[in-house]
Amino acid sequence: MEEKNSFVRQVAEKKYEYGFTTDVQTDIIDKGLSEEVVRLISEKKGEPDWLLQFRLNAFRYWQTLEPPTWGHLDMPEIDYQDISYYADPTKKTAEKGPKDIDPELMKTFDKLGIPLEERLALSGMAVDAVMDSVSVKTTFREKLQEQGIIFCSISEAVREHPDLVRQYLGSVVPYKDNFYAALNSAVFSDGSFVYIPRGVRCPMELSTYFRINARGTGQFERTLIVCDDDAYVSYLEGCTAPMRDENQLHAAIVEIVVMENAEVKYSTVQNWYPGDAEGKGGVLNLVTKRGHLRGANSRLSWTQVETGSAITWKYPSCVLSGEGSQAEFYSVAVTNNFQQADTGTKMIHIGRNTRSTIISKGISAGHSQNSYRGLVRVASTAEGARNYSSCDSLLLGSKCGAHTFPYMDVHNETAVVEHEATTSKISEDQLFYCNQRGISTEDAVGLIVNGYARDVLNKLPMEFAVEAQKLLGVSLEGSVG
Amino acid sequence: MLEIRDLHVSIAGKEILKGINLTVRDGEVHALMGQNGAGKSTLSNVIVGHPAYEVTQGSITFNGRDLLAMKPEERAHEGIFLSFQQPVEIPGVSMVNFMRAAMNAKRKHLGLEPMAAADFLKLMREKRKIVELDTKLANRSVNEGFSGGEKKRNEIFQMAMLEPTLSILDETDSGLDVDALRIVAEGFNRLRTPQTSALVITHYQRLLDYLKPDVVHVLIGGQIVKTAGPELALQIEERGFDWIREEAGL
Repeated sequence: MEEKNSFVRQVAEKKYEYGFTTDVQTDIIDKGLSEEVVRLISEKKGEPDWLLQFRLNAFRYWQTLEPPTWGHLDMPEIDYQDISYYADPTKKTAEKGPKDIDPELMKTFDKLGIPLEERLALSGMAVDAVMDSVSVKTTFREKLQEQGIIFCSISEAVREHPDLVRQYLGSVVPYKDNFYAALNSAVFSDGSFVYIPRGVRCPMELSTYFRINARGTGQFERTLIVCDDDAYVSYLEGCTAPMRDENQLHAAIVEIVVMENAEVKYSTVQNWYPGDAEGKGGVLNLVTKRGHLRGANSRLSWTQVETGSAITWKYPSCVLSGEGSQAEFYSVAVTNNFQQADTGTKMIHIGRNTRSTIISKGISAGHSQNSYRGLVRVASTAEGARNYSSCDSLLLGSKCGAHTFPYMDVHNETAVVEHEATTSKISEDQLFYCNQRGISTEDAVGLIVNGYARDVLNKLPMEFAVEAQKLLGVSLEGSVG
Repeated sequence: MLEIRDLHVSIAGKEILKGINLTVRDGEVHALMGQNGAGKSTLSNVIVGHPAYEVTQGSITFNGRDLLAMKPEERAHEGIFLSFQQPVEIPGVSMVNFMRAAMNAKRKHLGLEPMAAADFLKLMREKRKIVELDTKLANRSVNEGFSGGEKKRNEIFQMAMLEPTLSILDETDSGLDVDALRIVAEGFNRLRTPQTSALVITHYQRLLDYLKPDVVHVLIGGQIVKTAGPELALQIEERGFDWIREEAGL
């Protein structure tokens, strides 16, 4: 069946409900990237010299690099001199005290369903709300502090817990890792810092909500999570951006350190603005996420539901050093219209008896391109390592593409590495069967897609799972006419 | 209830139905017989609004309303149900979620609130018994891994859940063994009321032995060439279709 024009229009106009902008006085530095800009960012944030040097080293290294071109992506040329690298919507005015948050900002996060007043908060969830380059507010800090848990913006962590930050920053993703990691290390603005002390089970879901607001800026957030021996934390990340007809750059780094017997669950529902139905605008989501399972029997799971962004380039990865450590990657990536996603994971087995599981579900519609790219590497030291990978692709319509690029690099003959892949299509017969039972085509697609993605959605915390389910339905609206 | 007038239907430019006239009143069961390719399934598909078929002429009204102007899901909400000849598998979608979506879509159409989960599950348990459908099957994905007989029973189970006023059974008896046929037919009969009607497409008398149609139609070459009482089905069982063909001068 052909896509109906009115349908496409409707989708472009209606479906991205977070496309509004906030009118708030924002302190934006001039566009352009140079050593002076890096120094200016560091100065604005009142950083110590070691961090400035870290940034400068990263910047100098970045200048020697070329952007990667191996992704199955048609990437627009990014003019790095045409972006502003720092935008602060919390700029203090004379009337406002230093602790007051602009009511417009409070309203914005309310509208996004993220109330920043603790009494209104979702039960059992603490939030760090980041807009553009700055953390607006972190809720429940005091309550968490009682158990020795540190949850604050990374800028505050640099000031208040410099030793911890210095010890771990760049220890999982060094600035030399890749082009975007070097860029982020040079100009990163804000993000969250989490430290769970030895033996503590974090009583709340911790979450960061990222919002890009200002025009012509990039967001370069940096998240660092350290989970000490026998500790546990579940962490959620959500993101949205206004509808703009230019591309917006988002180049983040997430680093996670998991110590002995500790467990970290990291869940993302990524809903950056995907561009319009003709492929104009949208966020370029170029992200490096990696966890280091340092301790024996440590556990880390990445769960991601990716529905947004014009381009997604991200491979949340795990380095399994600790003996018997276990890593999981669960992913649903949806692309519609002209979206492109090249996403997957890397599992690097170093320790003995390490285990990893990869479950990836790609869903493509419209003219989109959806690629899974994954690496399973077993080092010679990883006696008894095991990996199971399963990569499924679901196609809606005939103009989209699904691709799978699995890489395996095994250097220990006791390792067992399995890979399964399937590609399927929602058939007209399935849709008509649903129609005949009274279920509209839109609802039928939602039902089938949610059923398809169920294994992954089940891994999300409850509140997120519900939101993600709705999101899958909305993202595919109009994909089958 | 159902009024079909001078219906002409094409698929991919080829005319399949060439002027069908058919009236089904409340409480009636009509059997539609004919050889393969006569247009029986085309007629049932057109009634439920399958998008592959193009109506080039004629009309269908359902309780006085123009059926052809309605989307397939609206027709379902209005009370039309098709038991598919080959029910499709929908991996990943559980029967529970599927039925719930169907049920609540209909309730929404009728201006009712969605059904509470507990009530819904209770209803599923009750209705399952009508066709002796295993609990296991109800918890599986829609038709996935079901045997041919289980798929057909599952169709009647869905009919029991949705309580249509007009049911179309498209060769529901094909591929069923004697016991499964009895279960399906008895299940169907238990769902009958003076307000519900059915259009039954079949090649065999054995299903009609259970369902006891009021009227039997014979479809040849896209036209209804003979309409009579239940005795017609028995005659076809004995003598085939050739005599009807000759009688009609075809």
